[in-house]
Amino acid sequence: MTIYEEHGWKMVPSRNGFGLALRDLGETHPELVVIGADLTESVRANYFAEKYPERFFNAGIAEQNAATIATGLALSGKIAVFSTYGVFAAGRAFDQLRTTICYNKANVKIGGAHGGLSVGPDGATHQALEEIALIRVLPNMVLIVPADSEETYKATVAAIEQIDGPVYIRFGRSPVPTITNKDTPFEVGKALTIKDGSDLTIAACGSCVAESFLAAEILDKKGISARILDIHTIKPIDKTAIELAARETGAILTVEEHQVYAGFGSAVAEVVVQTCPVPMHFIGINDRFGESGSPRELTKFFKLDYENIALQAIKLLERKF
Amino acid sequence: MLTDIDRAKYKEIACRIRFDVIKMTYHAGSGHPGGSLSLVELLTMLYFKHLVHKPIDPNWSGRDRLVLSKGHACPALYAVLAESGYYPREEMWTLRKFGSRLQGHPAKDKGLPGIEVSTGSLGQGLSIAIGMAISAKMFEHRDNRIFAILGDGEIQEGQVWEAFMSASHFKLDNLIAIIDNNNLQIDGYVDKVMCIYPLKEKLQAFGWRTITCNGHSLDEVDKALEIAREKTGKPTVIIMKTVKGKGISFMTNKAEWHGKAPSREQALIAVTDLGYPENVLDKDIN
Ligand SMILES: Cc1ncc(C[n+]2csc(CCOP(=O)(O)OP(=O)(O)O)c2C)c(N)n1
Ligand SMILES: [Mg+2]
Repeated sequence: MTIYEEHGWKMVPSRNGFGLALRDLGETHPELVVIGADLTESVRANYFAEKYPERFFNAGIAEQNAATIATGLALSGKIAVFSTYGVFAAGRAFDQLRTTICYNKANVKIGGAHGGLSVGPDGATHQALEEIALIRVLPNMVLIVPADSEETYKATVAAIEQIDGPVYIRFGRSPVPTITNKDTPFEVGKALTIKDGSDLTIAACGSCVAESFLAAEILDKKGISARILDIHTIKPIDKTAIELAARETGAILTVEEHQVYAGFGSAVAEVVVQTCPVPMHFIGINDRFGESGSPRELTKFFKLDYENIALQAIKLLERKF
Repeated sequence: MLTDIDRAKYKEIACRIRFDVIKMTYHAGSGHPGGSLSLVELLTMLYFKHLVHKPIDPNWSGRDRLVLSKGHACPALYAVLAESGYYPREEMWTLRKFGSRLQGHPAKDKGLPGIEVSTGSLGQGLSIAIGMAISAKMFEHRDNRIFAILGDGEIQEGQVWEAFMSASHFKLDNLIAIIDNNNLQIDGYVDKVMCIYPLKEKLQAFGWRTITCNGHSLDEVDKALEIAREKTGKPTVIIMKTVKGKGISFMTNKAEWHGKAPSREQALIAVTDLGYPENVLDKDIN
């Protein structure tokens, strides 16, 4: 039994939440259309495409065209969802996202699949480790990196029902522990306190939230009380929760399945240094490409696992003012 | 026409390459057998007859260059490279494993000899080849050839058409593009997902010399590569009719075998399909 199963967490890929939400929203939102790029099942758009084939358009292997077609649909009153792997959604179609989608404030939702190391053996070309940096610099864009499938479901619903404008949702390929449930609150722009604590804060997004929670359990046993924040919305970021964490716990460790440069940790640091500067440490990918390997091997290799998170938390405490 | 002896020799190599693709992906537990199998005859005729290269000196400056634009088909490339002697055969079974030089998509920085360039993001390889062809023709004044192998789904990328346009504009008659026309991509048949046809007419209109051939006939592939090498003032494209998953009964022309590894039972069936005894899966050939 894995440590995740011991916690009673079901292992589900977060992409499932995206697909299920699209399928359910298709019913209540006749204006919802989905654009794919030859990865219909991979991104779970098949759940929608099978139910609403007349509202699903496959652009083929042509991400720039797909993103821009989505914009035209959005500017004609549709809610357009465009989904492909994160490397291509954020990378290949970046200029289309910037100048066509965001500048027009078009109502396009981008499903960035296979985020992080979750695509494992496919290797560096398919491991999206840069989208947070790329996407969060875009004006008018909302960026959400949900922790699990349930949260991805809620993020997708919120993006479609509550936000009139571009939203990028980053989710992963391989199963991750489902640490939230149907009743867990979700509000765009509002961090979720997974566990309260007073000695330091571990702020995480995506699959790193569960790892951080496990790290907090190790720390608890050592008498260290860590606050765990699931900062699912990276833009607009929850400044209040971050400032409060800095004031109340005095140290912040960030954890992301993404490049450290310009990524999630940087977004948190931007708030910290401008409100209540405290010592910080960033766990993430340090300026290199990914590798082939199983997602678990890679998580360990890149030191995103709970054991290293706990270790780095202890080290950070030594630097507390 | 190939001689009977040569044809038999290439056929045997092609069969072994298919075995290697199966065994590699079986051991890896993931990977892309379908689009690897459709390239086997082409890569066999290239690496063992037409490509000008020196496996003992992989960086020899006079070599032809080969860009596998459809990088996901690297198991087939890794297999012909091992068969050519670029690196030891045993290393093939490390495909996609942590620390391997045989990454899930070709990785130049891992140092596997014979890999010219990292690929995997579709649609970019032809442009890379154009850059190489310009350099060879206009700066190095070499008489080598630059090959780019593209998927048929891949050419849905707009960049590929930008590349088609520029190659003829630059009169790159040292450039040979090969389209693996298996009419399948991940979501199904290429003409159903996003139609690319009529292909020959489009490419001719873009200023290319076109050659069509059956990509599984060693004789036809041999002939096509021979003609393609001739310089005519235009870039050449070989539209190669192929079958995705070719040679393995249950993978033949099936979209689902694009990116999935065979189980042990399936790998054993595949080995039998190729005419080998089942025990070669564990023992290796010879
Ligand atoms: C830019 C880009 N978009 C999407 C993908 C994901 N992908 C990998 S292979 C593939 C299908 C390729 O089909 P085709 O080019 O016909 O290859 P083949 O049938 O020869 O395997 C797709 C969509 C990718 N690798 N690169
Ligand atoms: Mg194809």
